[in-house]
Amino acid sequence: MEWLLEPLSSPIIVRALLASALVGVVCAVVGTYVVLRGIAFIGDAVAHAAFPGVVVAYMVGFSFYLGAAVAAVGTALAIGFVTKRSGLRQDTSIGVLFAGMFALGIFLFSTIDGYVADLFSFLLGNVLAIGTGDLVALVIMGSGVIVTVAILWKELLYATFDPLGAAASGIKVDRLEYLFLALVALTIVVSLQAVGIILVVAMLITPAATAQLLTVRFTRLMVLAALIGIASAVVGLYLSYWFDVASGATIVLVQTSAFVVALVLGPRGLLARRRPAPAADVVDGVAA
Amino acid sequence: METLTVAPAGPAHPSAPAAPRDHDHDHGPLDPAHALAHADVWLSDVTAGYGDRVALEHVTIAVEPGSLLAVVGPNGAGKSTLLKLMAGLARPWSGRIQVLGGPAGREARRVAYVPQAELVDWAFPVTVEDVVMMGRFPRLGRVRRPGPDDRRSVRDALEQVQMDNHLRTQIGALSGGQRRRVFLARALAAEPDLFLLDEPVTGIDATTQELLMDLLEAQAARGKTVVATTHDLACAAGRFQQVLAVNRTVVAYGPSNLVLDADVLAAAYGGHLLVIEGRTVVLDDAHHHDDAAPGERHFHDMGGR
Repeated sequence: MEWLLEPLSSPIIVRALLASALVGVVCAVVGTYVVLRGIAFIGDAVAHAAFPGVVVAYMVGFSFYLGAAVAAVGTALAIGFVTKRSGLRQDTSIGVLFAGMFALGIFLFSTIDGYVADLFSFLLGNVLAIGTGDLVALVIMGSGVIVTVAILWKELLYATFDPLGAAASGIKVDRLEYLFLALVALTIVVSLQAVGIILVVAMLITPAATAQLLTVRFTRLMVLAALIGIASAVVGLYLSYWFDVASGATIVLVQTSAFVVALVLGPRGLLARRRPAPAADVVDGVAA
Repeated sequence: METLTVAPAGPAHPSAPAAPRDHDHDHGPLDPAHALAHADVWLSDVTAGYGDRVALEHVTIAVEPGSLLAVVGPNGAGKSTLLKLMAGLARPWSGRIQVLGGPAGREARRVAYVPQAELVDWAFPVTVEDVVMMGRFPRLGRVRRPGPDDRRSVRDALEQVQMDNHLRTQIGALSGGQRRRVFLARALAAEPDLFLLDEPVTGIDATTQELLMDLLEAQAARGKTVVATTHDLACAAGRFQQVLAVNRTVVAYGPSNLVLDADVLAAAYGGHLLVIEGRTVVLDDAHHHDDAAPGERHFHDMGGR
């Protein structure tokens, strides 16, 4: 037990554990909708787009979270707006905006004199650098996201599954789309410090993708994704502590391993026996 | 309404421009004010499309409460667009639309819209029960969760379509006919005054088709209005009271026995119609839906896994 409890004597590790577990839950909940909508790329894009906000916050000296949030939410909404108004495909507008914003970040970064270690930790993440104030900010933003999803889960589910049917029944699908993009952006901001810009998409996508291999029920999928998110954050952090390796990368590797295990061993996995189609398929004699 | 509106016979080819229309024919035999006051769905000189492509032009129709109306026409004729206009999912470029006494979309909670099967992601992790419950969401409002009443209503709708023994089945494991039944159950669970159904009987077996049509007939008999697009002219002729034939504009509108004669169909389907010894055959392409509207995702593998 010593090896499990020993790290907990350090407040740095305790904060890191709490922060990564929180990130695991928030990412899994929002990531479930992201995966089902098939817009995984947007997580990566918004994370990179947050970079100029982080740099400006550093240069001007105000809160990192504020800078990241303004840049990420702004870009997410701009992606939605450009897609709707320009007639371009969503992946095209994502590509244009995210590369532009990341370039702006690097441009601003290069104007800073000298070596700035803090900024590199945002590219690669450093969960051990999270202070008490950071943790409070993460909890506030994270619970904001979770509460919003809890209030709107019906509408989000309906609009994700059948946008036409949902819109026809009076759900404001357009407004919901913008709100959802903002939620994705806030989720990214919450996760940036734990895993960094480059790896944050894994936190968003991998637990939900793993859960999708294991269940065909929406609620179970979200719960399972959250559990995978928390477990991999905790396991990854412990591993990085024991072996003294990068925490963000270790957490993501644990998630990736869980995904591979589900892919191979899951009910529909590569090793699963190919079952004949269930009887339901032929009840009325028409192949689907 | 035992009258038939037939548009002036223009060039009967889908790509040909619509013939100039005689003004009297625009409103047909309907007095516009009367039609507006009594119709569940009312379109006046509506033109609509996507981008710079016209899908429908100068459409004027009035659908009375309790109607069971089939919308027929070749692929790309604007059937789905017409349904989307009625559902408030697309806005007309010009003309006016009134649905259930308000502009299209305002009375959304009294409308149930069922999309084409191709627009549904059948691999989505939802069960039969989950999908039908979505029909209850609009009446629940923001925060309220589904309660016993909603579950009863879902169960009841699934009994009507004879799918109540599949509550926990993921929708991808269903056959084509079962999928259509589940979506009709979702519409029934919403208890709407207007059903807008895009290809509800396409690609399903005869038994399921009879079952679905019996249910829709019963809804119409209760005063609900049913508008359904279909490629199945036999079904339109045999099971619907009224037929609207469209090909970018209204070709004919009236009781099904009057609309579905060879001359009207020739106007609607142009070169895709073959008349053999008095029997009419529609030569349509095998792909049973209109082109995707911008932004629509089409899902084509329907394989259960």
